[in-house]
Amino acid sequence: MKTTETPAPPPAETGASVSKVDTHPDVRRPAGRKKEGAVLNVFSHGVLVIWAIMVVMPLVWAVMTSFKDDSSIFGSPWSLPDKLHFDNWARAWTDANMSGYFLNTVLVVGGSLIGTLVLGSMAAYVLARFDFPGNRFVYYLFVGGMSFPIMLALVPLFYVVNNMGMLNTIHGLILVYIAYSLPFTVFFLTAFFRTLPTSVAEAAFVDGASHTRTFFQIMLPMAKPGLISVGIFNFLGQWNQYMLPTVLNTDPDKKVLTQGLVQLAVSQGYKGDWSGLFAGLVMAMLPVLAAYIVFQRQVVQGLTAGALK
Amino acid sequence: MQHGKYRFIVGFLAVPLGLYALFVVWPFIQSIYYSFTDWTGLSPDFKMVGFDNYTRMLDDEIFWKSLQHSLLFALVLPVVTIGLALFFAFMINVGGRHRRGGPVISGVRGSAFYKIVYFFPQVLSIAIVSLLFAFAYNPDSGAINSFLRGIGLDSLQPLWLGDPSLALWCVMAVLVWSSVGFFVVLFSAGMASIPAELYEAALLDGVSRATTFFRITLPLLWDTVQSGWVYMGILALGAESFAVVQIMTTGPGGPDYSTTVMVLYVYQKAFRDGQAAYATTIGVALLVVTLAFAAIVMRLGRRERLEF
Repeated sequence: MKTTETPAPPPAETGASVSKVDTHPDVRRPAGRKKEGAVLNVFSHGVLVIWAIMVVMPLVWAVMTSFKDDSSIFGSPWSLPDKLHFDNWARAWTDANMSGYFLNTVLVVGGSLIGTLVLGSMAAYVLARFDFPGNRFVYYLFVGGMSFPIMLALVPLFYVVNNMGMLNTIHGLILVYIAYSLPFTVFFLTAFFRTLPTSVAEAAFVDGASHTRTFFQIMLPMAKPGLISVGIFNFLGQWNQYMLPTVLNTDPDKKVLTQGLVQLAVSQGYKGDWSGLFAGLVMAMLPVLAAYIVFQRQVVQGLTAGALK
Repeated sequence: MQHGKYRFIVGFLAVPLGLYALFVVWPFIQSIYYSFTDWTGLSPDFKMVGFDNYTRMLDDEIFWKSLQHSLLFALVLPVVTIGLALFFAFMINVGGRHRRGGPVISGVRGSAFYKIVYFFPQVLSIAIVSLLFAFAYNPDSGAINSFLRGIGLDSLQPLWLGDPSLALWCVMAVLVWSSVGFFVVLFSAGMASIPAELYEAALLDGVSRATTFFRITLPLLWDTVQSGWVYMGILALGAESFAVVQIMTTGPGGPDYSTTVMVLYVYQKAFRDGQAAYATTIGVALLVVTLAFAAIVMRLGRRERLEF
């Protein structure tokens, strides 16, 4: 990542003597090439700026709309709000039950994130470090889950969860989230545990630590960078999950944020409260965006790490 | 390391594997079994019907439509998304003006900023993105048409999602919008690991930037591009396309089934129409399409691995 940042400014201020000893190939480059570079520079900036605007504009439009009243939303979609209608936000938070959806999401994601990391790292550690019959089979069983269309399993899964009496419950949703997060988590962490040195664990074992203790006190702390990456990946995936709760969690009081917003879109459509709906949308968007901007480097690493392996 | 090894292995694997088997593996096996029954999902009684569901599927016009749309998603979305992402990533990393004393090949100024902004949609839920664009596409009060009016294109006011011939493309555009950033960042990281000497050598030989891209950047990035291709295709066939189509298009499934994709059709048959067995049949077809897609991309993309 570091090498792609804007290069450091050239040391031009240090005087002419420096540029004389500068034997960089550009000195010998034909003059026409410089022109090509300049044209390309303008062109590439142009294209990049246009896409940046296309990414940001819908988000800005949503934030703007969330502060407007209904009549100006319909009358002039692009105008600035006449004043900041914070009442939209209050309405969305209390009347439209955004607070409840937030709480449900926090509970579900909190529980399933911890569960995914603990269970995923346990399975991955065993698969990465121990030889036993069926090791490869179990590994490919987990990894195969990454490429299967989840919707196929969802039809029977609905009835499996129903028979266990866990339909429309928070803990039922947590268990299902964990199960569907395991394939990538096991895949990623198995590769990660393989890269860790074996000598430390062996030393601990010689000193009389049990396998379990070695894992929790030695290996897990060593695996922290991997756990953070895969944790961020799972956090975003579970926070943004839409398909699983849509099928397994239809009780209005138990809905998570994404479902709640879609529900809101349908019901506010009837009530005509568009401003409240936009406030709800922005409310759901901003925490994740803010967290991304703060933890930008970790988030990017966490999300791209799997694909680069 | 042998002491108590097997007890430890079993103890550590039992819970994760049990959970995974119960909620993932078992339903997958069941759904293939159910596709040979007449199970409605509403009552516990069902009997085997052989290949009846499969023959019914082959005669189902809506199934063929959904298959067509899903195939279009799997072909168009990766091409457009990865094409755009490669272009942007190349511009960000190689498109910069040459600065005296700096490296021969340099990124544009503010490359870090572009990467941060492009990644925004990736952290948002596809459900939120879909809702946002459903409003933006609104023909009367949406952001897009009022923008067109604003720049004087009053005559150009498409119905977007309401137009059967446009709706599918509108949905695909949203998926492109939300996934390009991820691949830009992914490819940028890949491009950064290509040694600068290769670019320097190419520039000394007087090679144009386009040739540099096709002869140096792309071949050295091929593995990443290929796995990105499979990843995007699986998303386009599965969860992402479900959310956008279900949330954005009326019906859902669009006017005249114009946006129905396979994954949505499975959902509707199982949870709306009470035809669980038939739904799993379509699901099996979706599984076949997904695996075939991955196999074809891996096969077509196979070439000698370049070491650098």
